[in-house]
Amino acid sequence: MNPILELNDVSYSYHTLDGETKALSDISFSLARGEFTAVVGPSGCGKSTLLSLIAGLMKPESGSMTLNGDPLTENSSKIGYMLQHDHLFEWRTVYRNVLLGAEINKALTPEIKERANKLLEQYGLKRFARSKPSELSGGMRQRAALIRTLLLEPELLLLDEPFSALDYQTRLTVSDDIGQIIRRSGKTALLVTHDLSEAVSLSDRVIILSKRPASIVRIVPIAFALEKDTPLNRRNAPEFKNYFNEIWKELNHDE
Amino acid sequence: MNKISHEQERFLSRLRRHRMIVRTARVLILVLFLVLWEVCANTGIIDSFIFSSPSRIALCFYEMVVDRSIFLHIGITLYETIVSFLLVTLFSILVAVLLWCSRKLSEILEPYLVVLNSLPKSALAPLLIVWLGATPTTIIVAGMSVAIFGSIMNLYTSFATVDQEKIKLIYTLHGTRRHALFKVVLPSSVPAVISNMKVNIGLCLVGVVIGEFLAARNGLGYLIIYSSQVFKMNWLLMSIVLLCIMAMVLYAVIGVVEKLYDRKV
Repeated sequence: MNPILELNDVSYSYHTLDGETKALSDISFSLARGEFTAVVGPSGCGKSTLLSLIAGLMKPESGSMTLNGDPLTENSSKIGYMLQHDHLFEWRTVYRNVLLGAEINKALTPEIKERANKLLEQYGLKRFARSKPSELSGGMRQRAALIRTLLLEPELLLLDEPFSALDYQTRLTVSDDIGQIIRRSGKTALLVTHDLSEAVSLSDRVIILSKRPASIVRIVPIAFALEKDTPLNRRNAPEFKNYFNEIWKELNHDE
Repeated sequence: MNKISHEQERFLSRLRRHRMIVRTARVLILVLFLVLWEVCANTGIIDSFIFSSPSRIALCFYEMVVDRSIFLHIGITLYETIVSFLLVTLFSILVAVLLWCSRKLSEILEPYLVVLNSLPKSALAPLLIVWLGATPTTIIVAGMSVAIFGSIMNLYTSFATVDQEKIKLIYTLHGTRRHALFKVVLPSSVPAVISNMKVNIGLCLVGVVIGEFLAARNGLGYLIIYSSQVFKMNWLLMSIVLLCIMAMVLYAVIGVVEKLYDRKV
């Protein structure tokens, strides 16, 4: 099967008055359809830059990227991007926040509104549809943000540390919750995180990046022999520790 | 509802007492001041020809209400203030949007805005009279000139300091810069626009009165200048009191707008 996303020797540098900082150097990997991949690396290594490049918010200085075999030039509507914070707008109701993407893409059809209502109901937010975002808990806000992204029906989901703003308790349940939602929807996902246990519990594959300029150190496939393969169950499985240690060693290899 | 505990009851009654004292003291200061003024003027401790007195001011106001001349003066000042305020609000939002749209433009114009904003605007009024003539238009422009530059700078700053991540969100949803403006920058700046309006309404009144000092045949500013020249201190003090009231009312109106917005959001 053809990969949905393919990166070939992608490099990127930041330019300031003080000079040039190379952030990414010759990154190549591909994502298979329906696969959940995590990217980990030391903080400030350029993980988020990688997502911004794929989302088309910035252009790589060299290398090529393809989506479904076509060159990825800019802001493709097939890509959904979830940021670190939910950024729900306080001046809109939850319902209208969820519809923001559709509104921008001039796709406010009765069908999409119905789908929004269905998703809100499915994720337990129907009661809050007319509420202000401030009335939601951290987990519910993140779910609303996910609906906002999913409503545009992206084929590829980019997740930029979407749980890092939550406290630890909420984080475990929300990542479990959202991980399962994404699994069930069958979307391809690329998760950037600095939390190794999050990466192991959610993904099929972990890409380990080096310090800046980031290059790929290793790609570790993750497989659990679990009856119910959920992120929380994974955390309790014996293999979990092994994967964690393996990635941990790789990350601290050169220090 | 839960039963209020003894401690909560005590806290509430202390709060009520505090509020009552503040309110009574405020009224008392005004009443005492007016009584003292009146008594001093009537017993000859101060010269009532120069200092007037509350009763003389009230009587003067009553006479002008009867011959209806006061309504023209109040009306014209109010009209000029409101028109210049509305124009300032409109123009400063438009210009601030333009500056937000182009980083180059905003950087090019910045020093000019800073200089124009720190210039004492009363210095412009004589110039405006020569250019535009002694008409209400001149006075409206004078009112605008006091507020507009500061207003543009304030609004632009608030536009430019909108959370960049929120703008990034718009781009991740495949939006354009226009979407960022209408979906993020403008809606999130409404509180800034309202607090800016609160400042502007006062400044416009200042500008209009300065304008009326120099180039008017009616209006409260004209009344102040005219009465000081012919030594009608009753008129002069009455006009000042009326300006005080007008400033308060205008400010309160915007306060109501703010409350309405807060309730909606």
